[in-house]
Amino acid sequence: MAYKERLNGRKFDETRKIEAKAGVIPRADGSAMFKIGNTWAYAAVYGPRNLHPKFLQDPSKGILRCNYNMMPFSSSGDRVRPGSSRRSKEISLVTEKALLPVLDLSEYPNSVVDVFIEFPQTEAGSRCAGICAAAMALADAGLAMKDLVAAVSVGRVDDKLLVDLDYNEEAYEEGPVADIPIAMSPNYGKVTLLQMDGLISKEQLKKVIEMGKKACKDIYEVQKKALKDRYKI
Amino acid sequence: MNNQIRTHIIKLFNSDRRLDGRKLTEYRKVDVQLNATSTAEGSARVKIGETDVIAGIKTEVMEPYPDSPSEGSIMVGVELLPLSSPDFESGPPSARAVELARIVDRGIRESKCLDFKSLCIKEGEKIWMVIIDVCIINDAGNLFDAAALAAIAALKSMRFPEYKDDKIDYKKKTDKGLELKDLPIEVTVIKIGDKFIVDADSEEEKAIDARLTVASLSDGTLCAMQKGGDFPLTDEDICKMVEIGIEKAKELRKLVK
Amino acid sequence: MSKINVKNKDIAVPGEVLAVGMESFPGIGTYREGENIVASRLGLVQLDGRTIKLILLSGRYIPKRGDTIICKVIDVGFSGWRLETNGPYSAMLSMKDATSQFIARGADLTQFYDLGDQIVCSITNVTSQKLVDVTMKGPGLRKLSGGRIIEVSSNKVPRIIGKQGSMVSMIKDATKCNITVGQNGLVWIDGSPEDELLAITTIRKIEEESHLSGLTDKIKEFLDKNKKTQKTDK
Repeated sequence: MAYKERLNGRKFDETRKIEAKAGVIPRADGSAMFKIGNTWAYAAVYGPRNLHPKFLQDPSKGILRCNYNMMPFSSSGDRVRPGSSRRSKEISLVTEKALLPVLDLSEYPNSVVDVFIEFPQTEAGSRCAGICAAAMALADAGLAMKDLVAAVSVGRVDDKLLVDLDYNEEAYEEGPVADIPIAMSPNYGKVTLLQMDGLISKEQLKKVIEMGKKACKDIYEVQKKALKDRYKI
Repeated sequence: MNNQIRTHIIKLFNSDRRLDGRKLTEYRKVDVQLNATSTAEGSARVKIGETDVIAGIKTEVMEPYPDSPSEGSIMVGVELLPLSSPDFESGPPSARAVELARIVDRGIRESKCLDFKSLCIKEGEKIWMVIIDVCIINDAGNLFDAAALAAIAALKSMRFPEYKDDKIDYKKKTDKGLELKDLPIEVTVIKIGDKFIVDADSEEEKAIDARLTVASLSDGTLCAMQKGGDFPLTDEDICKMVEIGIEKAKELRKLVK
Repeated sequence: MSKINVKNKDIAVPGEVLAVGMESFPGIGTYREGENIVASRLGLVQLDGRTIKLILLSGRYIPKRGDTIICKVIDVGFSGWRLETNGPYSAMLSMKDATSQFIARGADLTQFYDLGDQIVCSITNVTSQKLVDVTMKGPGLRKLSGGRIIEVSSNKVPRIIGKQGSMVSMIKDATKCNITVGQNGLVWIDGSPEDELLAITTIRKIEEESHLSGLTDKIKEFLDKNKKTQKTDK
């Protein structure tokens, strides 16, 4: 049986409902909230700040450190044990690489910019939501950026290509599934994060990345509006 | 060492004022929102001024402890997320986080407001473990009271998931909640100089001499306490602080009811 | 002809194309990408002739030579003091820049500035690696005693000070507080409890509304109104 209509009733190129807000954590130098469907991310930026130990310092520019973490109660299944896991370490790393290409930290030698991403609630697509929140938080912190970064997962379920897979689609069992989280700088259309789990042909991949580009542009508009709204009176 | 802010705070206290204009035993605006996150079996978000915390509950089924075969149990964790303050670091829980979690835990456990026997599924074999995790979103002072309030509010909103054939089905929530016989409320009273305040903000926390967290029930019975800070307290200090704690708990309790 | 997509006081977001065409020039917070002038920061658009620039709305303090800043003493060494600048970089105050008094070899430097002391100093030098030297020699540079310090965004400091110090003078007059504004976003305030609170509320208001026009009049009105209510309270 082919995947005719999405289980969640969305169109194939339609994301879940998105909400975003900047400046949500007063103690941070920059912060943002990004919610897509039931996945809900907070990001806080601290820095540029003093970096210890000293051997980590780069005298030519500031460094970026990202930390992805799920709150213990953020999964609809079992409790997530606090502390870092192999999964969270990998996601932290790819998040860092997804954001670095747009960020210019050359003005801040020997310092660090820390980004902390936390999830009170998740249901698929958390690394993408985290990247969207983090990009907004970095902009909110007043750092120099060539562009924002928007991210979404794309993929296939059976014979259909689609955007923003939810949990049921990732777990679809009646046909092949591919889950491809991507991030890009929306104004340049360049991909800064690409991962894939599943099976897909290279023709399908090409098409689905196109779909992702369009979705990222839409997400960028939401991010942009949230950042502008912060200063609206 | 020059502690200018302490000198200034004490100067203000003498005219019954604080840095942000509050009276000495006045809380900032307290806001309690139940069911803050849908993935938890129970949750609450508490804001005290700019302090912002979320408590969420997950349940697990396990074997009972050998010394209490017919009782379930609770566990409390507090995450001082580095997201919430420049002073917190990633890594294993700090002593401060552990102290905070244990005070919240004792406030609930020792109040006996929760009958652990009701968490027993099959004596000697299966019990419910109720795990309350409190995550700090923004630390603007007084995490003790915020975390404790969020934890008790989350317990109140909790619903058990379905448990069938030795498996938890988290997707199916039942309408069975926890029966709380009372609402233990924690109030942290702070001593700076010779004055007492409640709900210290981050600036005031830099200047504290001693703190006493007082957990009390609706009839004023005390159910847990913890002294902190570098300076000792006299008998009179303790009496005054306990009195303030019980009085203020009444105000906070209304927000959870 | 250049096509300009924005107007004065619009809020620009990184990646946003502000103008197309070679007749416009990129200023602070923007860069050129082919024909486009693109925002590289979150900021307020300011069209200055043919230059498009942004006034930044947030960001930590990065030390600049000539800035007058408020610092806290965090370490006392053999030959000087290490100061916290409210930014990623600490500053050094050496003995010769601290005082014109003679300091004997091996003297206890805490008698001049002790740990935790707050001082107003001026930046004399910043290296490319952000080593910062400051001096206490100059008008208004001193150790602060009493009062309290609040933190504001260092990008908003120019608005809090106002043209030739007009804004801060207005607050000083209305609240009878002593106020010193450090370019690193720390503001020292000393007055009666009520006056201090009014001064702080006013400064917070300027911070929030710094990008709106007619700010001076608004603040004047705000101060007049609140001065009155304070009096009737008494």
